[in-house]
Amino acid sequence: MEPHIIGTSVPRKEGREKVIGGARYVDDLSFPGMLHGVTIRSSMARGRIRSVQFEAGIPWTEITVVTAKDIPSKNCVALLIEDQPALADEMVNHPEEPIVLLAHADKYLLEEARRAVRVEIEPLPAVFTIADSLARMHVIWGEDNIFKSFHVEKGNVDEVWSRADFVVEGEYETGAQEQLYIEPQGMIAQANPTEGVTVWGSLQCPYYVHKALVRLFGLPKDRIRVVQTETGGGFGGKEEYPSMLAAHAALLAWKSGKPVKMIYDRAEDMTATTKRHPSHTQHRTAATRDGTFLAMDIDFTIDGGAYETLSPVVLSRGTIHAAGPYNCPNVRVRSRAVATNAPPHGAFRGFGAPQSVFALERHLDRVADVVGLAPEELRRRNFIHEGQTLAVHQVIREKVDMVHLMDRAFDLSGYHAKRKRFQEANPRSATKRGIGFAAFLHGAGFTGSGEEYLASEAALEVTREGRVRVFASSTEMGQGTNTVFTQIAAETLGLGCDQIEIVQPDTALVPNSGPTVASRTTMIVGKLVESASRAVQHSLFERGFLKPGYGANEFAVACRQYIDKFGKLQSLIKYEHPRDLHWDDQRYQGDAYGTYAWAVYVAEVSVDTRTAEVRVEDFVAVQEVGKVINPILAAGQIEGGVAQGIGFALYENVVWQEGRMVNGQMTNYIMPTSMDVPPIRVFFEELPYARGPAGAKGIGELPLDGTAPAIANAIAHATGADITRIPITPEVLLEILESAHV
Amino acid sequence: MRAYVPAYELEAPRDLSAALDRMAREPGAWKPLAGGTDLMVLLEAGKLSHRRFLSIWKLPELRNIKVTPEHVTLGALTTYTEVRRHETLSREFPLLCRAAAETGGVATQNRGTLGGNIANASPAADSPPALLVYDAELELVSAGGSRWVPFHGFWSGYKQIDLRPSELIRCIRLARGKKGWKQYYRKVGTRRAQAISKVCFAAAARIDGGRIADVRIALGSVAPTVLRAVETEKILQGETPTSALLRAAQETLAREIAPIDDMRSTARYRRRIALNLLAEFCETLSA
Amino acid sequence: MSDAARKIRVQCEVNGRALRFETYPMARLLDVLREQAGLTGTKEGCGEGECGACSVEIDGALVNSCLVPALQADGARIRTIEGIAGGEHLHAVQQAFLARGGAQCGICTPGMILAAVNLLARNPQPSESDIREGLAGNLCRCTGYTKIFESVVEACRSIQQQPGRRA
Repeated sequence: MEPHIIGTSVPRKEGREKVIGGARYVDDLSFPGMLHGVTIRSSMARGRIRSVQFEAGIPWTEITVVTAKDIPSKNCVALLIEDQPALADEMVNHPEEPIVLLAHADKYLLEEARRAVRVEIEPLPAVFTIADSLARMHVIWGEDNIFKSFHVEKGNVDEVWSRADFVVEGEYETGAQEQLYIEPQGMIAQANPTEGVTVWGSLQCPYYVHKALVRLFGLPKDRIRVVQTETGGGFGGKEEYPSMLAAHAALLAWKSGKPVKMIYDRAEDMTATTKRHPSHTQHRTAATRDGTFLAMDIDFTIDGGAYETLSPVVLSRGTIHAAGPYNCPNVRVRSRAVATNAPPHGAFRGFGAPQSVFALERHLDRVADVVGLAPEELRRRNFIHEGQTLAVHQVIREKVDMVHLMDRAFDLSGYHAKRKRFQEANPRSATKRGIGFAAFLHGAGFTGSGEEYLASEAALEVTREGRVRVFASSTEMGQGTNTVFTQIAAETLGLGCDQIEIVQPDTALVPNSGPTVASRTTMIVGKLVESASRAVQHSLFERGFLKPGYGANEFAVACRQYIDKFGKLQSLIKYEHPRDLHWDDQRYQGDAYGTYAWAVYVAEVSVDTRTAEVRVEDFVAVQEVGKVINPILAAGQIEGGVAQGIGFALYENVVWQEGRMVNGQMTNYIMPTSMDVPPIRVFFEELPYARGPAGAKGIGELPLDGTAPAIANAIAHATGADITRIPITPEVLLEILESAHV
Repeated sequence: MRAYVPAYELEAPRDLSAALDRMAREPGAWKPLAGGTDLMVLLEAGKLSHRRFLSIWKLPELRNIKVTPEHVTLGALTTYTEVRRHETLSREFPLLCRAAAETGGVATQNRGTLGGNIANASPAADSPPALLVYDAELELVSAGGSRWVPFHGFWSGYKQIDLRPSELIRCIRLARGKKGWKQYYRKVGTRRAQAISKVCFAAAARIDGGRIADVRIALGSVAPTVLRAVETEKILQGETPTSALLRAAQETLAREIAPIDDMRSTARYRRRIALNLLAEFCETLSA
Repeated sequence: MSDAARKIRVQCEVNGRALRFETYPMARLLDVLREQAGLTGTKEGCGEGECGACSVEIDGALVNSCLVPALQADGARIRTIEGIAGGEHLHAVQQAFLARGGAQCGICTPGMILAAVNLLARNPQPSESDIREGLAGNLCRCTGYTKIFESVVEACRSIQQQPGRRA
């Protein structure tokens, strides 16, 4: 039967509550006897804590005070390793590092109390740039400031340079970017030694928080419970950081014996929590006379901030994506994540790929220029095809036609005609127009053996009334998890969407489906939901309670009969890694991802040379993504991602001063408003991925990879400016334009 | 929310004279609070050092826009929304309407007031450059009486205005008669809406027989105060717009302004853009 | 730290119902609505009047409630997101947001809907640039605004087609 729910724009499952103001986010919740909590943080980038003083004038006996000494088990926020303390004890390693926690029922009083805590820190020399970290001016982490490094090698890069017709070098930088979810981070905790710890909060990964709290409190797993509340945006910013906030709220709850709510205000959220890793990339590309790639030598460094957190994984993705959707016989990628005395950088949609893809796609336009080819011609001659290998030696075993995607994107955007028309008109106009593109791919799911390691699970249970309940730890944060899971279950079981219920992610109730990250939720967990649905159906068929072609009523009857006879109707599906995917962690090569989404984005810009302001006038996003489960939700993901990419390229500038973000207000950290975004036109192609539910691939992060380089290339086309770093603020662009005229 | 809210007093005097009496009895003790779009932001950041406020938001004496053959007089509580909707202002004072339209978004425009904007004395304010171009006058009122002052010169230094502790701004008076002038306003902000300006340029000129018979130029965000570029005006006064004249005017303007580096922009950018906007303005004069 | 201010009594009308509460004069209207009136639909996103998540209507005008001191709400007629739907019937804007994907994570949605409803009340047939301008004070990080614009356009159409429908 043709799918009739999958592929249609079923309304958002929790949409009604959202539009009437009924959705309950963590700050909307209140518990009897609840206290509020606040954090006292380091004002210095690095130093030794000498003393903590509590000034007079505050009723300190009423206030719960927590320091590192109050931590029951290990003082750490457990993630990949355990180097990050939950509360700084002797040393601080970044501005805004948490040191003391306070709780009281009166929010206002708490603010006064916060001001009355004086932490004396004896400063130590600190490191603030990638260059200084690599130079090891001071070793601030481990033996050598390096969290992780990778080395990818394909063919023999070194023997190519002497025989290449062209060798083009370039250096590229991307800045930090704040996730800026409109709902700030928040958590409510209840904790005591007998009952254990429960937290409710705005988060993406309940089981990450769970793991961190187990380690912090030294309690058995079944005495820690994590519940996700309606989450107002995450984008990676609520992947790992909530573990820190949950630790804090729980410690205050543990000590006070009362529920504790901690909600960050915007300034605290911006300055103290994670951001996208700043990056520095060097490219050296060898090409033949006709523009065929001979070699790519890529050096990629990301700034991880003061503790390791997820930097190795961000580095991994950035490294694997660094050489793009091209067939190049010789590739070397050397990469590393380094420590600086800034608040740790973390997950943000794209997760390393936006950084390395910016460098690559900007670089290739420059390579085309040197070789004397149009940028699209250079790509055309080097796009990878089925059967060829990526830089990490992954053989492409799916249909891919980048040339077709590119041609379609050009067609929809009027690229060729505009390219010509703008070039002709620009000399006569103070406003220059340009059009540029980027070609890229994005691997969905965890890298290499990551999915195998996660061993995700999802479960289904059916009630006597025939209602289907889906149990997964995947969180809804606007991307459409609840709706997509509903559609998958409904389609598979032949039911209406109203019969499906998505259980609120609560570690007491749902199995560990892995984190809600890496563009994996629909593709990996959705597949588990599909399989779990099939398993339930199979149980009913097998026992003779149901025959194929049943209607909703028959299903309900069959469920009642089954449950009356056997007690429960449920299924639990565990992820099985495809046997034909092999990844070698030592040599860092093999099948990096089960599948890729492929895309070409075209950006049209106008540059007012009087003010060096750039305006994106039109944007076309063409991508092949496997089966589109919900067209409106899928388009919404691309549109929102493009808008974030526009911010990344043009507006979002973190101003640093000695490791501290000084523009931590929405007035001064600039994200696009409704007047700053162009028409964003989204087009999908669908080549079903056999292992995805109904053929779906992952798409959440894809748009962050190609948007910024497309815009940078368009600006270069409009003005001739050699853009090599983002954000391209008017101040930066003005300097480039002025130096070009000198 | 970083303020200890119980420490802040806010009272609503029943009319203007009650407000002025209060302010006269304890000069400087009570400060006026109108729409709150500046003061409440400071409160939430924990940076509102003053503690006692008089809510003047509802005082009828400070609202209403009066039109006479010679003047348009705006009550200090005139909001940006009210400016934008006013027919005479739209027709004859387009720079002020442009400034109002580019201040924040709809919600800010509904609560922000011209009087509050002037009293807040930020050099990045959007309306004051337009007010300077229109030779605005302010009526300042206290329990002891009232006085009129030209808006040009009202600002003595960074965040310092010639407003005594017991005074309120009652209204802003604009002389009609620039209707036929070439008028230009451009705010360069961090984005298209909801933006603090990096450079704000307001100007008007009367062209007579191809010459600049009279001219006003005012800029924001390029000095410790909003600035009337009188030296640059002198260069242009009486001359025919040519590229040589423009160059001379730009040289003068570059010396008149004193832009700085801050977290939003750089001195270099601000200076270059101020000169470019002057050029753009002058281009409209020869058109 | 001194509690210099005494609490005041404020009387206003919220979503058609009379409401009386006691609070400090400089308390934010946002907090009064959320904590004392239990109307948690209005959200805090920034506390600076930048994001518009706290948008409400006061006497028909769209304002950021995080910047309104409680004292100034005395005597006001306030409408929040909870007052937009007419009982069980959703407002055309709400229905359009549902049909068109105007809401993703939903945190900006109450403020965005207020802004859209307010815009259509002032300007029943807004152009695309009117819509962009009318919503410029409401930041959305999820949607890129595209489907919000589409929702407003659809709401417009739907309101025009049913003249009896409340805007």
